[in-house]
Amino acid sequence: MALTSTLPPVLRESGQREVFCGLTSIVWLHRRMPDAFFLVVGSRTCAHLIQSAAGVMIFAEPRFGTAILGERDLAGLADANEELDRLVGDLLARRPEIRTLFLVGSCPSEVIKLDLAKAAERINTRMQGRVRVVNYSGSGIETTFTQGEDGALTSLVPLLPSSPDPQLLIVGTLADGVEERFLTLFARMGLESVRTLPPRQSTDLPPVGPGTRLLLAQPFVADTVRALERRGAQRISAPYPLGVEGSCAWMAAAAAAFGIDPQRVAEVLDPLAERGRRALEPLRRKLEGKRLFLLPDSQLEIPLARFLHRECGMELVEVGTPYLDRQLMAEELPLLPEGTQLSEGQDVEKQLERVRASRPDLVVCGMGLANPLEAEGFATKWSIELVFSPIHGCDQAADLAELFARPLNRRELLQWN
Amino acid sequence: MELTLWTYEGPPHVGAMRVAASMEGVHYVLHAPQGDTYADLLFTMIERRDRRPPVTYTTFQARDLGGDTAELVKRSIQQAVDRFQPEALLVGESCTAELIQDQPGSLAHGMDLGVPVVSLDLPAYSKKENWGAAETLYQLCRGLLKDLVPPPGTAKPGPERWKQENRRPRVNLLGPSLLGFRCRDDVRELRSLLADHGIDVNVVAPLGARPADLIRLPAADANLCLYPEVAGPLCSWLERNFGTPVVRTVPIGIGATAQFLRELSSLLGLEPPELREADRSSRLPWYSKSVDSTYLTGKRVFIFADATHAIAAARIASRELGFTVVGLGSYSREQAREVRAAAQELGLEALISDDYLAVEQAMADAAPELVLGTQMERHSAKRLGIPCAVISAPLHVQDVPARYAPQMGWEGANVIFDSWVHPLMMGLEEHLIGMFRHDFEFVDGHFSHLEGASAPALQPPATAAGEAPEVTPLSATPEGGALRWTASGEAELSRIPFFVRGKVRRNTEAYANERGVAEITEETLYEAKAHFSR
Repeated sequence: MALTSTLPPVLRESGQREVFCGLTSIVWLHRRMPDAFFLVVGSRTCAHLIQSAAGVMIFAEPRFGTAILGERDLAGLADANEELDRLVGDLLARRPEIRTLFLVGSCPSEVIKLDLAKAAERINTRMQGRVRVVNYSGSGIETTFTQGEDGALTSLVPLLPSSPDPQLLIVGTLADGVEERFLTLFARMGLESVRTLPPRQSTDLPPVGPGTRLLLAQPFVADTVRALERRGAQRISAPYPLGVEGSCAWMAAAAAAFGIDPQRVAEVLDPLAERGRRALEPLRRKLEGKRLFLLPDSQLEIPLARFLHRECGMELVEVGTPYLDRQLMAEELPLLPEGTQLSEGQDVEKQLERVRASRPDLVVCGMGLANPLEAEGFATKWSIELVFSPIHGCDQAADLAELFARPLNRRELLQWN
Repeated sequence: MELTLWTYEGPPHVGAMRVAASMEGVHYVLHAPQGDTYADLLFTMIERRDRRPPVTYTTFQARDLGGDTAELVKRSIQQAVDRFQPEALLVGESCTAELIQDQPGSLAHGMDLGVPVVSLDLPAYSKKENWGAAETLYQLCRGLLKDLVPPPGTAKPGPERWKQENRRPRVNLLGPSLLGFRCRDDVRELRSLLADHGIDVNVVAPLGARPADLIRLPAADANLCLYPEVAGPLCSWLERNFGTPVVRTVPIGIGATAQFLRELSSLLGLEPPELREADRSSRLPWYSKSVDSTYLTGKRVFIFADATHAIAAARIASRELGFTVVGLGSYSREQAREVRAAAQELGLEALISDDYLAVEQAMADAAPELVLGTQMERHSAKRLGIPCAVISAPLHVQDVPARYAPQMGWEGANVIFDSWVHPLMMGLEEHLIGMFRHDFEFVDGHFSHLEGASAPALQPPATAAGEAPEVTPLSATPEGGALRWTASGEAELSRIPFFVRGKVRRNTEAYANERGVAEITEETLYEAKAHFSR
């Protein structure tokens, strides 16, 4: 495989991981599907985690909550099941607008082996179709950060209707505006039958079948893809739609899969690409030659590194990723420059030592590490912003680059004498 | 099992983190799964700390559970000790680790680490953050001091021993911690207040203390229990074992600060403080007496906070600002008794709850003009269109201001006057609005040009709890018939200030129902008003 010849061996680390667990993805998933409720079955820690990860930024009326296990629930699983049924009943009575309820497993519920699949089945029977109840695990012992979305989407796959018709299915949450833009562009190319998972209404589920081709908007949906493939869908291999290059290649791959005339695709994409590159130019001047260190967090690190290197001229010191999925990264890895040091997993203390030793110009990291690194003199970019901001597509390439240029600009602006 | 949407307190191990992160030279090894590291951001983002909290997480994963997690714990402990070389080590577990029962504390005790090890047993399924902080501070001090406890029967030194020892009296400031409300500034304010009275500070803990400082705790003549949520158990233990008396009055507000100084002086055998000290040292008394503040009289205020700040706020609001307290409550169950007593004094029943929806409902029912609460109440008040000042944790990054903004002592009283009164309309302003309210330029719901006032909610809140008080033209009678508001009734209702309109509507409808009146005219409204004002 070409990969091994150009990239040094991946640094595999195990130690303290400074990464959120999968529950965190509820923060954007519940906004994507306003008719769904996410009920974590867990502890006060789970509730506090979601609140802290989200509460720093937003305080919407939450369509998520935590069923906090008490000592009595731990003492007897029979009681815990009864309690859960009661609590869900109360919740659904109070929130009649909810159409889909996600029961989300956590570390404690997994450890005590509370069977949420059975619970979902039980409640489904009782609700008689008024609400659909599904379950998945967002526990930290099984999932990191963005993987929670993978679990949520996987849990929806059995509910998707079957259809053999040809269609493109975009998998992974995109910002609403970005998604609309992609749909418009696909329509211009003559690709009209395009659906998305997750949908904007939890009940408006796209069909799936042998005619379905999957286009991944996010690189963390491996289990969802496998579940969709089992229902006959086929994955289109493409880089991720970050930056001009990635976005064009992503759309072009979809068009090619549907046999659309490359001439027509070029007519749609070329002006966009040209405009996108023009918008990137001033940012490229700012970022060019700057050294970048990405700590593992959102699983977007590899496509981001590719964009920041190839389109913005940044040098890659280390590209960390919580886990390396070679299949879903097959189109991305060959685009990384020769010698790029990838690291998988984390031993945060050792990794911070490497940050200090290599003195990068910019560090991409989680919120727990950003201010301490700033205090040590490093410019940082919070990775969580990347899962909340509209960053996908040609038109967003400059905005995406700007997120990385801003901390550097700011440092130049501030003066104290 | 209990449904929680937003929580006032984190789990107890976050309380332990607050103690560890507040101190120097302490490290905390926490047996916890991946994801629990989120708690770091409370310190680095909300408190804007420039360093990570001194916590090493084992971050175990599912695949570790099949193997030897105890080995992982030991490895993490050894690495943390080697890397950080702490002067004392805390070892504990979070909720999930509690279930797998690796007993990290015992494992640490079995290792030859060369530092004092304190094992924390914080039951995650029954206790919460403040309890965890208090227990951690107590266990840490007990662990470091237990060999120094004088044998039973030994004469305890009196609080006036400083006189024999020919030195100034000295006290400990106990309880200030990170993620507590304005603790950093309270410590500075109290240091200066005590210095003015010839009293030295022996140790401040946990904020800024090292383990070696904790060993000096018994050298104080008195302990000041500034935040009972965190320092209560430690103060009691020091009193029982070392005989150190405790001053439990929390010096927030003019009256409480004066009382605190009187108690402390009398305990230490110092001259009583000068009577006019408050007037000389704080602007609150004069500002509250000044004519503009006449308009504060009887303003309806709803208070919900941790116990320390809720009790203090009730006293200041009712006695020092002339507000009417229409609701008082706290999420601090451990201090519920004190909060209930404070409420009873004001003729109220305290709301002890950690369900923010219940608090929001109580707030809506009380129809206050000002809310004093936590970040949660700030959001609820915003939804209900009521001005709010934040007086207690849980915090937002904006509650950790760059400027000096204590709550305690004389300067604290100044800060409180400004931050509570600014969200309200000022006197002259209110007068003018009353005069011009029927002009077309007038926008109903205008509060103030000052920041902190929130615009009234334009739409009824979407919450189950957020019953909209003003937008129910038809109300069901108990018999199932419908009450009708006539045009004259509606017109009269619209002249009533919006913040009590909901309550007037409810009262009038209740009155109409009681009398079997189906149509509410302006006369019904005034009859109801007379009925309820008796």
